Amino acid sequence: MKLRRDVFQAIADPTRRTIITLVAASAMTPSAIAENFDYSRQTISKHIQILTECELLEQEQKGREIYYQLNPKGMKQIADFIEPFRKMWDERFNNLETIMKKHQSKLK
Amino acid sequence: MEQKTNINALEGKQDLTITREFDLPVELVYKAYTEAEFIAQWMGTNVLKLENRNHGSYEFETSYDGNVMFKANGTIHKLIPNQEMVRTFEMENTPIGVQLEFLNFEKVTEDKSKLTIQIIYKSEKHRAAQLKLPFAYGLNMAHNKLEEVLSIQQ
Repeated sequence: MKLRRDVFQAIADPTRRTIITLVAASAMTPSAIAENFDYSRQTISKHIQILTECELLEQEQKGREIYYQLNPKGMKQIADFIEPFRKMWDERFNNLETIMKKHQSKLK
Repeated sequence: MEQKTNINALEGKQDLTITREFDLPVELVYKAYTEAEFIAQWMGTNVLKLENRNHGSYEFETSYDGNVMFKANGTIHKLIPNQEMVRTFEMENTPIGVQLEFLNFEKVTEDKSKLTIQIIYKSEKHRAAQLKLPFAYGLNMAHNKLEEVLSIQQ
């Protein structure tokens, strides 16, 4: 069995969030990404690896270079994550509306 | 269709904002938040204590099949009728911790209003715990359904 990392654990790290922001603008090579940080190239590679494992980044081979870009599938996972929370509140508020409308009609 | 309830949770932050537009006068939305009878109905909880005043406190308890499912409590810091409420909220025995809530009640027209709730958590991790709760619940439901289907097939 392959151990899958948690997407939310992946984005909890500020360096990894910065990498996502950088790559969101345009696809980048690992060395171009590493130039934005004071950490070693190895440290940045590790972060890129984690982001790729979590399907937040994907690789694209262009000639001899590997470019990293955002993986829409993984990013959608984060958006979907908030949806159940939004639905829960939406249902609660619909409830509130129904109950208070009933109360309003009694007042009239 | 535009959604009536929106959640704005920026990545890397420890707060989130919930907005909702109601087809109700602002007074009635405020009432739904400040009278025990109505809180009990729309939140589906028992209201054990509710002191609607500055520095007052409250306690909710939700039961299902005679078992207490969850307890929540908090302190009301500031209350301006039909406009504003500042309170803390804590769901007991969860990793979410205490949260600070700024509720803003806004009149749009005579029968329409808008509620904006900004919730601040202790950290980004605490916010994630909150967001994961209904997500995990949804996953559980799906898992249980899957088990049901599988047990029927056996």
